[in-house]
Amino acid sequence: MKKKTLSVNGREVEFNGERNLLEVVRKANIEIPTFCYHSELSVYGACRLCLVDVEGKGIVSSCSIIPEEGMKINTHTKEIRDIRKITMELLLANHDQDCFTCAKSASCKLREIADKLGVDKVRFKKTNKEMPLDLSSHAISRDPNKCILCGDCVRACEEIQGIGVIDFTHRGSEVVVSPAFGKEIGKGECVDCGQCARVCPTGAIIPKSEIEDVWNEIYNDKKFVIAQIAPAVRVAIGESFGYQEGISLTGQIVAALKLMGFDKVFDTSFAADLTVIEESNEFLKRYSEGKNLPIITSCCPGWVKYAEQYYPEFLDNLSSCKSPQQMFGSIAKSYLAEKYEIDPKNISVVSIMPCTAKKFEARRPEFEKNGIKEVDYVITTQELVDMIKESGINFNKLEPDSLDLPLGFKTGAGIIFGNSGGVSEAVLRYTCEKVNGVKLTNCNFNEVRGVDSTREATVLLNGNEVKIAIVSGLKNAKTLLDKIKSGEAKYDMIEVMACPGGCIGGAGQPVSFEESIKQKRTEALYNTDKMLQLHKSQDNPYIKSLYEEFLGEINGHKAHDLLHTHYANRKRLFESEISLIKANNSQKLEVKVCVGTNCYLKNSQTVLQRLLDHLEERNLVHLVDVKATFCMEKCEKSPNILVGEEIVTSANFEKVISNIEDKLVLIANSN
Amino acid sequence: MENKNEKFEGAVRKFQKVCDIIKSYNNDKNKLIPILQQVQHEYRYLPEEILAFIATSLEIPTAKVYGVATFYAHFALKPKGKYIIKVCDGTACHVKNSIPIVNAIQKKLKIDESNNTTEDMMFTLETVSCLGACGLAPVVVVNEDVYSCMNPQKIDKLIDEIMNKEVEYADA
Repeated sequence: MKKKTLSVNGREVEFNGERNLLEVVRKANIEIPTFCYHSELSVYGACRLCLVDVEGKGIVSSCSIIPEEGMKINTHTKEIRDIRKITMELLLANHDQDCFTCAKSASCKLREIADKLGVDKVRFKKTNKEMPLDLSSHAISRDPNKCILCGDCVRACEEIQGIGVIDFTHRGSEVVVSPAFGKEIGKGECVDCGQCARVCPTGAIIPKSEIEDVWNEIYNDKKFVIAQIAPAVRVAIGESFGYQEGISLTGQIVAALKLMGFDKVFDTSFAADLTVIEESNEFLKRYSEGKNLPIITSCCPGWVKYAEQYYPEFLDNLSSCKSPQQMFGSIAKSYLAEKYEIDPKNISVVSIMPCTAKKFEARRPEFEKNGIKEVDYVITTQELVDMIKESGINFNKLEPDSLDLPLGFKTGAGIIFGNSGGVSEAVLRYTCEKVNGVKLTNCNFNEVRGVDSTREATVLLNGNEVKIAIVSGLKNAKTLLDKIKSGEAKYDMIEVMACPGGCIGGAGQPVSFEESIKQKRTEALYNTDKMLQLHKSQDNPYIKSLYEEFLGEINGHKAHDLLHTHYANRKRLFESEISLIKANNSQKLEVKVCVGTNCYLKNSQTVLQRLLDHLEERNLVHLVDVKATFCMEKCEKSPNILVGEEIVTSANFEKVISNIEDKLVLIANSN
Repeated sequence: MENKNEKFEGAVRKFQKVCDIIKSYNNDKNKLIPILQQVQHEYRYLPEEILAFIATSLEIPTAKVYGVATFYAHFALKPKGKYIIKVCDGTACHVKNSIPIVNAIQKKLKIDESNNTTEDMMFTLETVSCLGACGLAPVVVVNEDVYSCMNPQKIDKLIDEIMNKEVEYADA
């Protein structure tokens, strides 16, 4: 095939399949600034910085122009330079420019590009009113005063996660990115994945900091402070200290944490090994009984909340295993407390995670017993970097230190959890050996690895074909689950990670707008696995002794108590009700008909309409208060109608009417 | 009983109408704007919980519906008065002194820019940019009726007439 070329600043550049001019120009090693362009998101063309001059077309945004043979492009003409500078000035005029106290300061793209473009003053007056911060979420903080309206967060939420919690609202100079009705983000359907923060070029959305809390624990002499390090953290932290990308620095992290004052430093990968044992056996049991299949992984807290909100019919399919973070916390506050003879009250577990949703997970009420949380604080890789810098530690000069035993010992299976496909592979390393009864010599299941966001694999277990699906990004999960619902697809095991690429692509990782970085982190985790002596969770001697000394049976009573959890249907809409009939009798019966998605799809509004007509015909409108409401958290039994104190599930018109009439008789008799 | 039935008529019929409107568009998310227009016609504004209901029925994010509803000046998220007074402040009307009309209305109805609906929910004042009737400047539109060549005295009289009509209606 003939090579296609175009000219960039007078030089011939080949192109082949690039989506737009911007990608072609970058391939020619010419940097063009952008805020709103991300290769994984749709093209938006809003920031007007990627302008180029195309001969015959004039000045256009390179992100939204398809490359054509023979195009002549100039990227840095005087006119373009002037426009870019003015655009930057205008963006800055609407930004609070509070760089000294901004957590994003060091990695802010706005600051970086302003600097690169040589913007040395802003000639425009500020016109924006100061807007309140949104600190309602445990995972992320929103500061609308720092927003430049590039829309990256809006598209990430909708296009990667398929949720659309936030959107542009209002118009012209009044535009803000906001959740529906200007409400707080922490109170609605946000699953805390933080992908909005990951793509945000400024400090408008950032992971919520728990740094102060962690320092307070360290400074508290009564507290025995222990850290757990998630696998994905070690292969990304180096990016913040000028290391080559894709280097694992576990030893340096341990050394830094010890210098900062942590009493013990352990590995979340140990708990991941434990998860493998519990989850594999749970899978094998379900597989042999043909019950609640496919089993769906539950390690990812963003996914778990999503499932609770949108797919209640799959909650029984979720593995009942807690995530490695919570298994670690649970074991630390029981087994370790016993071993060290320390009151669990005085043990403080600090997780170091690539993830913002883990902050929410740690605060779920089911992970707290007698006022003691399994995990006390969760800091992201970014926060760890800040703490290290704050401590005056020269990270690059640190001698690596070793993790503490017993909870610091892991196999490679626990390490690859940080990659999409890693949990599946780790489970296969266990189940294949257990079911096939032959020692597994080659531990690599390349069929579950890969960069595609939805992958399928078939593995033989004792002659039976086990169908596996691996998916990252919740929008892809939705597509997959809908296929299962329609009968179009069938699997035995599904791994879901909310963030593209898995935990390595989490929103708590060092800020990077490099597209290749995820692949490097992924490779680094697989390489770490390779270099460890053990690759299978079942070979971890400390896991074995944990069961022998403390837990007893795998999937046994104690294991269930400490390592498993349950899920519940979760409301996602903000509190709102539509009042339809207001009864004026002092003794009235309250009826609420759910018109949330699941109930609506099962025709609850038809039942409601018939009910309203019926009450009018029978002249009962003074006795019955009727409201349409959203979600009673029983979607699996929709449609749901609340009559008095009782929820009538799988409701139909006749069922509800007879229930209402019974209750009205009771009310009448009580008078 | 009379009162109750009236209330029943209001809330229930409106909600049933919303269901019918959505159904008439086959729950098609591409028809969000016409749906919002018709729903607003029923309620005279777009109540939050109804927007949430529309989002649910069309299977689109609530934030998206809110975004569309706040984008267009035509959509109101706060209840509007029974009489919506639109004063044109396009170029032609502006040079023919539309602002004194706005001021006169604000003074008479004790409202301002941020609080543009009277407490009794009778009047809402809006300014619009060109109604396309520049020959009649300055133009004021009350609900569907167009009034041409207005001035502060004329608007004062017009509002009085509406108020008197309302008092008579209430007495009857």
